[in-house]
Amino acid sequence: MTNSEKNRLKDKAFQVFGIFCTFIGLVVLAIFLIDIVIEGIGRIDWDFLTSLPSRRAARAGILTAWAGTLWILVLSALIAFPLGIAAGIYLEEYAKKTKLSDFLEINIANLAGVPSIIYGLLGLELFVRFMHLGPVLLVGALTLSLLILPIVIVTTREAIKAVPRTIRDGSFALGASKWQTVWNQVLPASFGGILTGVILALSRAVGEAAPLIVIGALAYVPFVPSSPMDEFTVLPIQIFNWTSRPQAAFLTNAAAAIIVLLLITFLLNGIAVYLRHRQQKKIKW
Amino acid sequence: MTKKQSKLEASNLDAFYGDFQALKNINIAMEEKAVTAFIGPSGCGKSTFLRTLNRMNDYIDGFRIQGQIQLDGRDIYAADVRVDELRKEVGMVFQKPNPFPKTIYENVVYGLKIQGIKDKKLLQETCEKSLQQAALWNEVKDKLDKSALALSGGQQQRLCIARALAIQPSVILMDEPASALDPISTAKIEDLIHELKKDYTIVIVTHNMQQAGRVSDHTAFFYMGELVEHAKTKTMFTSPKDTRTQNYITGRFG
Amino acid sequence: MRVQEKIIEGLLWLSAAITVLVTASIIWVLLSESVQFFSEVSIVRFLTEKEWTPLFAEKKFGIMPLVAGTFLTTAIAIAVALPIGLTIAIYLNEYAHARFKTFIKPLLEVLATIPTVVYGFFALTVVTPFLQSFIPGLAGFNALSAGIVMGVMIIPMISSLSEDAISAVPRSLREAAYGMGSTRLQTAFGVMVPAASSGILVSVILAISRAVGETMIVAIAAGQQPRLTLNPLVPIETITTYIVQVSMGDVPHGSLEYRTIFAAGMTLFVFTFLLNNLSFWIKKKYQEKYD
Repeated sequence: MTNSEKNRLKDKAFQVFGIFCTFIGLVVLAIFLIDIVIEGIGRIDWDFLTSLPSRRAARAGILTAWAGTLWILVLSALIAFPLGIAAGIYLEEYAKKTKLSDFLEINIANLAGVPSIIYGLLGLELFVRFMHLGPVLLVGALTLSLLILPIVIVTTREAIKAVPRTIRDGSFALGASKWQTVWNQVLPASFGGILTGVILALSRAVGEAAPLIVIGALAYVPFVPSSPMDEFTVLPIQIFNWTSRPQAAFLTNAAAAIIVLLLITFLLNGIAVYLRHRQQKKIKW
Repeated sequence: MTKKQSKLEASNLDAFYGDFQALKNINIAMEEKAVTAFIGPSGCGKSTFLRTLNRMNDYIDGFRIQGQIQLDGRDIYAADVRVDELRKEVGMVFQKPNPFPKTIYENVVYGLKIQGIKDKKLLQETCEKSLQQAALWNEVKDKLDKSALALSGGQQQRLCIARALAIQPSVILMDEPASALDPISTAKIEDLIHELKKDYTIVIVTHNMQQAGRVSDHTAFFYMGELVEHAKTKTMFTSPKDTRTQNYITGRFG
Repeated sequence: MRVQEKIIEGLLWLSAAITVLVTASIIWVLLSESVQFFSEVSIVRFLTEKEWTPLFAEKKFGIMPLVAGTFLTTAIAIAVALPIGLTIAIYLNEYAHARFKTFIKPLLEVLATIPTVVYGFFALTVVTPFLQSFIPGLAGFNALSAGIVMGVMIIPMISSLSEDAISAVPRSLREAAYGMGSTRLQTAFGVMVPAASSGILVSVILAISRAVGETMIVAIAAGQQPRLTLNPLVPIETITTYIVQVSMGDVPHGSLEYRTIFAAGMTLFVFTFLLNNLSFWIKKKYQEKYD
């Protein structure tokens, strides 16, 4: 075999290995999803979705867990959405390129890299102990909002950056002020992109368990929260709790709850992908 | 022929981007209800000067000016001048058509709406009038609620002119308004400029000398941040005083 | 109207400034509790003792077992994710069709969107039993399966960041390599990967940082037994798991046991902070090089 033939053979071999690697993760994912569905789908029925938690696996349901997850989803959106967009607008449209803005930028990049459990410690000390709010929905939502704030800010900036300079010039030239230009031109043109980012960030928040466990969210909450000041649990914590038990029946419950959690996550991601796609189709500069 | 009075006047104007001096001691008076063209090679400062006339450079970090620019005898950089008021008086049309991603109607009335005008009838009347002035009305009157992005490039640029006219300025600045357009659209824009100078003072930047010759009454030649020569267009094109002007006009550099 | 503009700008500024407040609060929270912790337990003990048993009657406060557990799971995760992720990046850049790339990339991203508690369940109920079938002596809780699953989770992180780095290499370099008769493989490893090495390094550092801070997978599947070991087959405990373990119990606020989670959290924060800033620094240097 000549050298060149050997080289070509190696090239082919790597190509096969490349395909293998590209699909291995997806295959593992598929095996896993199938396994979960087989184990859990039979457990999902109306009772499972509408029952309170119970010490007996067969009677336990996820009503409080998914209600808590929805509460967290809405509250986090209400907090992180305006805050993150406002910060993104400031950094992209108002801040002059100074040492201070460089510092803000590095700071946000750093916050994005802080492990979620550290945010839990922050929430525990700041909201639960210092402000005496207790381990309630509001605290959970505040904690997760801080966690996803960097993501919201970064995606807002990306979306705003994509709006051409000429649109701003056009608006200024007609006598519009900075804020009128941002409000009437920049935000409407970038809203799809911003919304996509926010939804992706929320889907991250919905899957988080660690920071909520640290602030003291309980695994066993025998009532559906009715206000932001109520104690709560969420689906990931319920899944964690059931997974930690030795009885097989609880693992089945966990698998069923995972199906519900994944549906919520995939739904949010699906909406985000759809919005991004629509935005790209709608506006071509 | 009575001498018309000057509308815009720059005296001893210097402009800087950080340490770079983009304009050097510019002195020029622009006549009312006439077209003044700025010509010169790229980077000569003509666009920078145009943008100082409605303070569009205010938002650029590190940009500053020395000297004075007067509009109707008032210093436009004085502390008590409000930029938004100035820009209602001095409209601008850009190099590339930049309609907002909204309907045609919304584009035209945008300047009025941000002034807080809500009167539907007034808005609609102004919209029609501005589009007619911009010679676009007949082409778009049936699709005012369609997206402005669906118009052709030439139509978009006339829409941008209509948008500027809607706020009733007295001066219109045009930054190479036809450079992104085909010859037919360019001709339409040039005809339009002829019409508009009856009512407006127009300042146009162009790198196309034929265009300057066709549309302008006066021409100013900029070179490396300096105003080399300013004269009646006919005079300048037939007997330029400065050799640099002569070289540029005859195409020795560009 | 000018006043209104100023107020709005002020509010926007405040929103941006909150991010600084968040960082300051994190550092303050971790520091204030850690300082109190270290006033009772010396830093020397914290760094040198070989056991971590703050919840037992006989208390030992050596962080090393938790660091070892964290290091072990992280190393396994990177050992899985780096070769696979980098191969994917090279394959997509040098071999795959553009259409295949646009189709496969969002699919790979799905791996990163799955909640980590779900990965934990997978590690415990699928991967561990599977590995046990051919690794005798593999405990029910172990670093190996938690690390492997964590590796799967961070594949898209390494593959997409590395791919960005590789595709940022100037075309002319690749064409020069092809021009000399290199195969795609030789071009990839001889030219592209070395040229993109700093970008690839950044992706690996960020992946390490992510793995160090990962909580639910290890809390579910790796065990809760702090152990100074590099044996991947036995139960261990990571820093993050310990914080979860204490949070699930009923340790009174303000006690020494309570403060251990902040000392542990501080250790974790320092690790990730250093890693993240190292990656920023490399990224900045790298960008300057190509400008």
